[in-house]
Amino acid sequence: MPNFKRRHIILGSAGAVGALVIGWSATPQRRRLMTDKPLAVRQGQVALNGWVKLASDNTVTVMMSQVEMGQGAQTSLAMLLADEMDADWTRVTLEQSTLDAIYNNQAVIIDGLPFQPNDHGMTKRAIGHVLGKIIRAVPGLQGTGGSSSVADQWMPLRQAGASARAMLIGAAAALWQVPAGECRAENGRVLHPSGKSAAFGELAQRAAQLPLPKDVTLKTSAQFKLIGQPLRRIDNAAKLDGSATYGIDVLPAGLLYASISMCPTVGGRVATFDAAAAGGLPGILKVVKLEPAKASSVMPGSTSGGVAVIADAPYRAMRALAKIAIEWDHGAAAALSSETIGRDLKAALDDKDGTVHFHTGQMADALKSAAKTIDAEYRVPFLAHATMEPMNCTAQFKDGQATVWAPTQAAGFASGAVAKALGISESKVEIKVPYLGGGFGRRYLTDFVVQAALLAREAQGAPVQLLWPREQDMAHDYYRPTYLCRCTAGFDGNGKLIAWKSTSAGSSMGAPSFMDMSTDGASNTAYAFPNARIAHVTVESAVPVGIWRSVAHSQNAFFVESFIDECAAAGGKDPIAFRMELLDERHRRVLSRAAELANWQQPLEAAPDGARQGRGIAIHRSFGSVVAQIAEVSLSAQREIRVHRVICVVDCGVAVNPNLIRQQMEGAIVFGLSAALRGEITLDKGQVQQSNFNDYAPLRIHECPTIQVDIIPSDAAPSGVGEPGTPPIAPAVANALYALTGTRLRSLPLKIV
Amino acid sequence: MLTLNINGKNTTVDAEPDTPLLWVLRAELKLVGTKYGCGKGLCGACTVHLDGAAVRSCVTTLEAVQGREVRTIEGVQGQQIDALRQAWTHVDVVQCGYCQSGQLMSACALLKRVPRPSNEDINAAMSGNLCRCGTYSRIREAILLAAESSGRTP
Repeated sequence: MPNFKRRHIILGSAGAVGALVIGWSATPQRRRLMTDKPLAVRQGQVALNGWVKLASDNTVTVMMSQVEMGQGAQTSLAMLLADEMDADWTRVTLEQSTLDAIYNNQAVIIDGLPFQPNDHGMTKRAIGHVLGKIIRAVPGLQGTGGSSSVADQWMPLRQAGASARAMLIGAAAALWQVPAGECRAENGRVLHPSGKSAAFGELAQRAAQLPLPKDVTLKTSAQFKLIGQPLRRIDNAAKLDGSATYGIDVLPAGLLYASISMCPTVGGRVATFDAAAAGGLPGILKVVKLEPAKASSVMPGSTSGGVAVIADAPYRAMRALAKIAIEWDHGAAAALSSETIGRDLKAALDDKDGTVHFHTGQMADALKSAAKTIDAEYRVPFLAHATMEPMNCTAQFKDGQATVWAPTQAAGFASGAVAKALGISESKVEIKVPYLGGGFGRRYLTDFVVQAALLAREAQGAPVQLLWPREQDMAHDYYRPTYLCRCTAGFDGNGKLIAWKSTSAGSSMGAPSFMDMSTDGASNTAYAFPNARIAHVTVESAVPVGIWRSVAHSQNAFFVESFIDECAAAGGKDPIAFRMELLDERHRRVLSRAAELANWQQPLEAAPDGARQGRGIAIHRSFGSVVAQIAEVSLSAQREIRVHRVICVVDCGVAVNPNLIRQQMEGAIVFGLSAALRGEITLDKGQVQQSNFNDYAPLRIHECPTIQVDIIPSDAAPSGVGEPGTPPIAPAVANALYALTGTRLRSLPLKIV
Repeated sequence: MLTLNINGKNTTVDAEPDTPLLWVLRAELKLVGTKYGCGKGLCGACTVHLDGAAVRSCVTTLEAVQGREVRTIEGVQGQQIDALRQAWTHVDVVQCGYCQSGQLMSACALLKRVPRPSNEDINAAMSGNLCRCGTYSRIREAILLAAESSGRTP
């Protein structure tokens, strides 16, 4: 029996393997239908349950707990409810939900527990039970992350839609004095074979008087009208004419603007500052010293202290800030550098065996008996999120009440953090979430929200908009941690893989070892190794680290998919055929489809400029979805790496909106390629050396490959799509470069020397 | 007090002449469709038209735009931007959308200059606009589509 080491996650930082199993049993679906307090409605509008309001003008309003940061979740979620309700899609609108336990993200919290997907043992059930109790009782755990929005609300939203439909049919049947069973709903109307027909809006008041149906029948996949359609995003129009409101666009009356300069050394603070030189400048209202700000109530780390200037115009605040002389207290991290951190990781692997996260068979014996072994050491750097919209938040603190416009992935955490910072009750905090100009995990943390609240306290009741300059955003991120990983494989006399061992070293983001998610994607790979040992040595540094699109999968897919490729090469086997032997049917289907689309068996043509091309494969499961990618690469005359085409095949269960799934795969590939080819945050003297898009340079349009996405048809419950496209791309490119050059690149970003 | 011509109207603003245009557009004129991304002309999120050409408003001072015509995403007009918006919708380009005002302004300036751009023209005109959501291939597709459709309807 495999020995599944019990591990756990930090809230919101999930690797959602085995999604949709425990979460649903944690809170019965009916209990996710009604909010604790009735929904507020306007004139002519009724609430049919906690997820949907209906107005006499036929507008269907879906209560939206999940934020929109580009991933398209709001469109997909609205489709789930509208389909089951048989609503008119053109009349569907969204409203930000309140903080209520029914909106808590169970998938990300419970299903995110990094157990093996086939593990439904006592431990998982017990933890699920305890967490389920908490989730039912505590509002505000409604984070957007872990690629979980659709997975989590797949059932509640459909049940809410079906329940609303049943009530509308019930109202019509009573009105017409016909059996409800003779009526049906279609495109926002209830219809009867006699020809009677009523729009949803006409039935709203009567429907709202009816009791909540005890049982509702959900549609079969053949009955779906919206689910499965490549519908366009509902946020499209506002994002094409400048009218969409992001965090930096909220303009409450009397708005003041703040800019900030934080201690460049991680974890440092302000010793003293002298604002005299800024004294004569126009529009300056206040200079405020900020102590280090806690990033989250759950995760470790805090943002360096700094000085902020509040002014009547944004550039006036920036100009004044540049004039202020600040002396920093650099603190304990002043001697830290990428080299010292790298040495610490190496020493940890030299000295320690690590905590075992997964063990099966007799790994040590198998390695001893192996006819051949291979070893490799891989490294990944720190990475910044670098969202296009830098961190910002607008806050107003007036008459004991805080109103906060926070571009956050975790409104519940933000609410608690503001209450704590201002010393007020959470009932006195209102969080409004605008569109997010990217999130990628950075906006799960609430450091910038706390800073804005503290500045608002200094502004005599006026709202203050704090915007981090790009240089501050780059230097004060919560970075994807740097990792080192050593792998060993053993083969028998026939070249068969009989032993697999990997030990990684790096930050566990402050989690104690039994809650450690650092081997997600390595300790729960889909490969059926006969003998294996996956272990991790936790090495923390003062560098703030956090969750970055796909979390630990971002590094572990690189380790696993690079080394499995080395194993194939060691035995002279085809990389796809070799993987096939170790994978289950679901993964094999995805691999086969990718091979077919790429014409894997045929030689590659030369690049347009005549350069020889190579291709590489990687396949990885994360957040419940399986993604395979084949990258086709060449080197320019200057020996720069060029990625020409990426074939991407995904199995994410029911494809709720194929168009959005394609968008996410494309975007995740470009995001991962930026990291694979150039992304690296380095430190010297405790300070991040990158400052802007000149030295942390994401991919640009002329470097973007052709991307071809294919979705495997499936009836399984939907799993994640926002993140699973990122992990495979770096190893796919590295493996392609090996095929092209014969040189194995084991460190990111990939560099041809 | 300085007088600027923004979206076809003369507007008086209270700001120092060395202030980058971006901040006056956003804070004083409430034209927040133009975004801040880098402050150094590296990302293109703040792209506006100055006498019809794409410029980065984060590194363009008020002084430099006096007596010249500024257009923002809120005020840009003509068959190119109409065709681009249609194509953007048809191709479903946007994700988070934050960079898209700048992308559209760069693309619009390109089509005004080069009605039927090649891939190389698109690379040259659009490589200054970053998108962290990775919408590049759809942006390219949408520009080509817009060029084709505005060519059909003069």
